[in-house]
Amino acid sequence: MSHATGLKYLKPGVLPHMWCSGCGIGGMLGALLRAFEELGYGNTDTVVVTGIGCTGKLDDYLVTNALHTTHGRALAYATGIKAFRPRLNVVVIMGDGDSVTIGGNHFIHAARRNIDLTAIVLNNLNYGMTGGQVSGTTPEWAVTSTTLYGNPEREFDICALAATAGANYVARSTPYHGWEMKELMKRALSKTGFSLVEVVSPCPTYFGRYNEMQETPEMLQWLGERALPVERYRSLAEAERKNYFPVGTLVDRDEADFNTRYDRIRARARQQ
Amino acid sequence: MQGNQAIAEGAIYAGARFFAGYPITPSSEIADECAARLPKLGGMFLQMEDEMGSIAAVIGASLAGAKALTATSGPGFSLMQENLGLAVMGEVPCVVVDVQRSGPSTGLATKPAQSDIMQVRWGRHGDQSVIALCPATVRECFTLTVQAFNFAERFRVPVILMPDEIIAHMRENVVLPLAGEIEVIDRKAPGGTPAAYLPFKPDDDGVAPLAAYGGEYVFHVTSSMHGTDGYSNNDPANAAWRIRQLHEKIDRHRDEIVLTQSYYTDDMEVLIVTLGATTRAGRTAALEARTQGIKAGVLQLQTIWPFPDQEVAALGRRARTVVVPEMNFSGQVAGEVQKALGPGADIRRVNKFNGTIITPQDILDVMARPAGVKSERS
Repeated sequence: MSHATGLKYLKPGVLPHMWCSGCGIGGMLGALLRAFEELGYGNTDTVVVTGIGCTGKLDDYLVTNALHTTHGRALAYATGIKAFRPRLNVVVIMGDGDSVTIGGNHFIHAARRNIDLTAIVLNNLNYGMTGGQVSGTTPEWAVTSTTLYGNPEREFDICALAATAGANYVARSTPYHGWEMKELMKRALSKTGFSLVEVVSPCPTYFGRYNEMQETPEMLQWLGERALPVERYRSLAEAERKNYFPVGTLVDRDEADFNTRYDRIRARARQQ
Repeated sequence: MQGNQAIAEGAIYAGARFFAGYPITPSSEIADECAARLPKLGGMFLQMEDEMGSIAAVIGASLAGAKALTATSGPGFSLMQENLGLAVMGEVPCVVVDVQRSGPSTGLATKPAQSDIMQVRWGRHGDQSVIALCPATVRECFTLTVQAFNFAERFRVPVILMPDEIIAHMRENVVLPLAGEIEVIDRKAPGGTPAAYLPFKPDDDGVAPLAAYGGEYVFHVTSSMHGTDGYSNNDPANAAWRIRQLHEKIDRHRDEIVLTQSYYTDDMEVLIVTLGATTRAGRTAALEARTQGIKAGVLQLQTIWPFPDQEVAALGRRARTVVVPEMNFSGQVAGEVQKALGPGADIRRVNKFNGTIITPQDILDVMARPAGVKSERS
């Protein structure tokens, strides 16, 4: 059996891509397109929605339907698409700025609404496109171009946010875990309701330069050392956990999604 | 029936089946009506988390094939502006109702104004053109909403319906048009093979056909500058062509888009240029002036953008005096009237900006002043 390459979703002639050497976006996109292929997604029944930033350039590489939106609002656009045409596969690809900093309100409400979207968040721990500024997921005390003396603010845990807000499926991966990343994406895509895969991949060009991970191998090593399978992470004592983060499936539940609930509303309305 | 209710009814008549919005006075009745009606029709009412999300969801639903609308007021409309720019850039049909209330900021939140004239036209960054309509009666709330959808679908452009709070909350007896009585226009669908579809290649009429996500045509829409294929394109020649095309598709059809009504203008010597609620005061003032021997007429602007400059000029040049009552301080409409008539015209402004209505007497007072006396803003 031949392995899925995902190439059929790429616009011919677009490679090499624009992202920096060592950036995780290419690997994330590769995993996603392989997941599309293994799930048999067609171009006509798939819409990829992007926001603004490094991940926001991604739609130009694809031959599926696509909507490249404004900063932070991708989930709201996608909500309109999915709400009106529920049979479409709607996949929203964002960065940490898009998803939980400028767009945090849409993120928690999309999860609360449990609308059947798949959100893929590439968390590179800073604003890469604009020169490496601090974001809502930059770790406390980390150095960025706007926190030269360290980040005084605490960072969001994107997965915890989605889980608390009501997402049906929440997973985390890294470019260190390429094959698993694709498998988690397949589960997220197949799940009805709001699903999230966070891909932790520090920006080598900015975050890495400021925080002693400029070379790709150093970054991968950093990820490999800190990312623990969720079962192992949960077995650690609370005090030990602070040096690690869990990867794998964190939440998996089957509450009714928004469109299913809205069909009930239509039935009730017609009875009155 | 109330103006806001008539707007919701007009939207449904036009085929709207998707509403996304966020509550705000004085537009909330439109949302309430859509929430009650749309699910019965198999449509959807979606209350979003804010106005940015509301217009975004409307645009998303429109690209999935819906006729979609949102309704808001000044503060919410300000929040929608960035995403409304995407509807311009991506040529996505949609209707936004901005029920005008008094500002700036929270202002007199429940009081009427006509001070979003320029926000509607220029509120977004970048250079662009939109269509805006303003009703003066409850029946026009209905008919101009249908017209707003028709323009949005025909020209692939966001259309803003901008009633003032007076008209939106006014109740009048109204006979609604029957099905088929007003033409309902749907967007032009692509006809060629899916492989050959270019979502931004205009036909001879300047407007490109628009597919819907989920059909046989696969397509890209982007907020970035793009070519006819919908993919990013930074070529200066392409960018210049796009910007020109976004303007020209409206400019070349301006005669079809510009709607006005004139009253008592055959023999008029004084022209009152009105919009929304000032139309009602203006018509009463004109009739009253005629009892005093002043032949006054009224030009009601139903289309605000593109501005009816030719219509204003045609009537205004026949009048010795032009009076422009509007519920704002700065004379946002009067400035456009001035542009249309050129220097030397006797243009008199009647401005009220305290949240109260302009009365016929306010207009008559200004009309009665000798030429050259600068009007005081009340």
